[in-house]
Amino acid sequence: MIAEQVVELNYRYAQCLDDNRLSDWPGFFTEDCRYLIHPRENFDARMEGYWLYFENKRMLRDRVVSLLEVNIYPIRRERRFVSNVMLTGRDGDTWLARASYMLVHTDNEGRSSIFSVGEYRDRIVESGDGLRFRERQVIADTFLVPSHLSMPI
Amino acid sequence: MKWPSADFTQVPFAVHVDPALFEQEQDRIFRGPTWNYLGLEAEVPSAGDFVTNYVGLTPVVLTRGKDGALNAFVNRCAHRGAAVVREKRGNRANHTCIYHQWTYDHAGSLIGVPYRRGINGNGGYPADFKTEEHGLERLRVESYRGVVFGTFDKEMPSLADYMGEPVRKRFDALCGRPIKVVGYQRQLIKGNWKLYVENLKDCYHGALLHAFNSKFGMFRTSQRGSTAMAQNGLHCVLTTYGKKDEKMGSTYANVATYKAQFQLEAPEVVEYFREHDDGMVSTVLSMFPTFVLAQIANHLGFRHIIPKSVNEFELVWINFVYADDSEERLYRRRMQGNLLGPGGYLSMEDAEALEIAHAAIQSQQGRGHAFVQMGGRGMEDQDHLVTEVPIRTFWKGYCDLMGMKGTP
Repeated sequence: MIAEQVVELNYRYAQCLDDNRLSDWPGFFTEDCRYLIHPRENFDARMEGYWLYFENKRMLRDRVVSLLEVNIYPIRRERRFVSNVMLTGRDGDTWLARASYMLVHTDNEGRSSIFSVGEYRDRIVESGDGLRFRERQVIADTFLVPSHLSMPI
Repeated sequence: MKWPSADFTQVPFAVHVDPALFEQEQDRIFRGPTWNYLGLEAEVPSAGDFVTNYVGLTPVVLTRGKDGALNAFVNRCAHRGAAVVREKRGNRANHTCIYHQWTYDHAGSLIGVPYRRGINGNGGYPADFKTEEHGLERLRVESYRGVVFGTFDKEMPSLADYMGEPVRKRFDALCGRPIKVVGYQRQLIKGNWKLYVENLKDCYHGALLHAFNSKFGMFRTSQRGSTAMAQNGLHCVLTTYGKKDEKMGSTYANVATYKAQFQLEAPEVVEYFREHDDGMVSTVLSMFPTFVLAQIANHLGFRHIIPKSVNEFELVWINFVYADDSEERLYRRRMQGNLLGPGGYLSMEDAEALEIAHAAIQSQQGRGHAFVQMGGRGMEDQDHLVTEVPIRTFWKGYCDLMGMKGTP
C-alpha cells in the first residue's frame, strides 16, 4: 500500500516538472524539508560540494521565482524516467526510499540528449493529503554537467 | 590569422573556432612558457598520494613522493602509450601500467619491466636497454601558498616571478592559512576555452547578464572596484569593495523593500560576513592560461578551465573552506554555495552566454571580429570596473605568445 503511494509520489513529481509546472514543485515538500543535489564524485568522497543545498521550503520557492523571473537558460523540454522505486526502511514517522532517474533534455530544434542520470534518496512523511518529501537527495552520477544546471532534478 | 587592429580593440572571431590555432596553442601555450595548474598540496598530503589532471589536452599526474617532494608526469606509458594511472585520485606505492606492467615510481622513473631478460632464453630486451631512458615525461613543479603548478618549459622563470605581484597578493590574502577542499563541481561547456577566459576578465557583464543581484535588490551602484594586470596583461585581478561596516544581509533587508522587483523568502542564501580588513567583498583572479582563484562574498574557490577541443572545454570548480573556520562560517559558505557553480544563481548564465556566442561564431566560420572598446582603447590598470581593459591586455599577451601581430 505505502509502496504504491511512494511510486505514485515519484511519478507525480516527475510529471509536474516534465509538464513545466515549476510553481507546483515546492508543494511536494514539507516546510522543514531539505532538497540537495549532490554530484556522485563528492558523494562517494564524503565531501559536500552540493550543486544545490536547500534546507527549507522557502529556499525552494525562491528557486522557483528566480528560475521563472530572473535567471536565463535555454528553451527546452524535459523528460524524467523514474524506475527501481524501493522502500528501504523506516525512521520514526519517516519512510526511507530510493529510486533511479534519467533526465533527458530536448532542445528547441528537437534534439534529445541525456542531461543527468542518478538516484533519489528520500525521506518521506504522510501529511493530511498524501505523502511529502521531508528530504530529497539527488545523487547525480553524471557529475560532469552538460552546460549548466537550472531546473530541479 | 589576420588581426584587425594593433590596439586589440577588435578580436577576430576565428580565434575561437580555428582548429589549426587550437593545435598551435598546445605547443606554444600549454607546452610553452606558462605555469599550469596541477592541483593542491591539500589534495596530496601524504607520500604516495596522487591526483590526475590535464595541461591543455595532455593528461598529467601530480604525486607526492616518499621524500615528500611534489612530482608531475605525463600519463602515457613510455612502452606502448596506455594511460598508466586510471583512477582520478588515490594513493599508491608506485604506478603500474595494466597493459604490460611497466612500473614507475612517484617521479615517473621506470623501475620495473617484465621479461626484461626473457623467459628460458627467449625474448627479453637488448643488452643496451636502460630503464633510465624510458621514464615518463616529467614536468617541472612548483607551488605557491599550497597551489601547485607545472611547466614543460625547462627555461621558465620561477612560479612566483610568473605570477607577479598582484596575483601573489591575492594568493597571500586567500590561501595564507590551511584550506580544506569541500568538493568538486564540473561543467562541460560547448565553447572555446578562451571565451571563458574573456568572461573572467569582463568586468561589467555581471550586473547585466546575471540579474539575480539586481532583481532581488542587491545591486549597489556605489560599489568600488579595481583591475590589476600582470605577466604582459595575461593575468588579471578584479576586485570589488564594500563599505566598511557593510553586511550583505542587512543591506538586503534595507534595499529589498523599495528597489527589488522580487524578494527572497530565504535571505540566508546571501547573508555575508566581513572577512577582509580592506573591505574586499569579491575578487576574481585569472592566471594565464587556465587557472582562477575567486572569492565571491564568502564563497571560496579555485576554477580550472580544461580545453577538450577547439569547440569544448570543461570547467572545474574546486570549492574550499579554511581548516579553522567556525561552524557559523562553514554554514554561511555552504549557503552561499547556492550562488556559484554549475547551477548557481550568480553563475548559471555564463554557460548559456558562451554557448550561444560560440555557436553563432562557428556558424559564420569565424568571419568578422568582436568589438572591445568599453572604457576606450587603452591598456592601463583601472580603479573602476566599467571597462574592457583586461580583455585587450589579454589578447595582446596572447598574440605575443602565439607569434601573431596586430595590423596597425
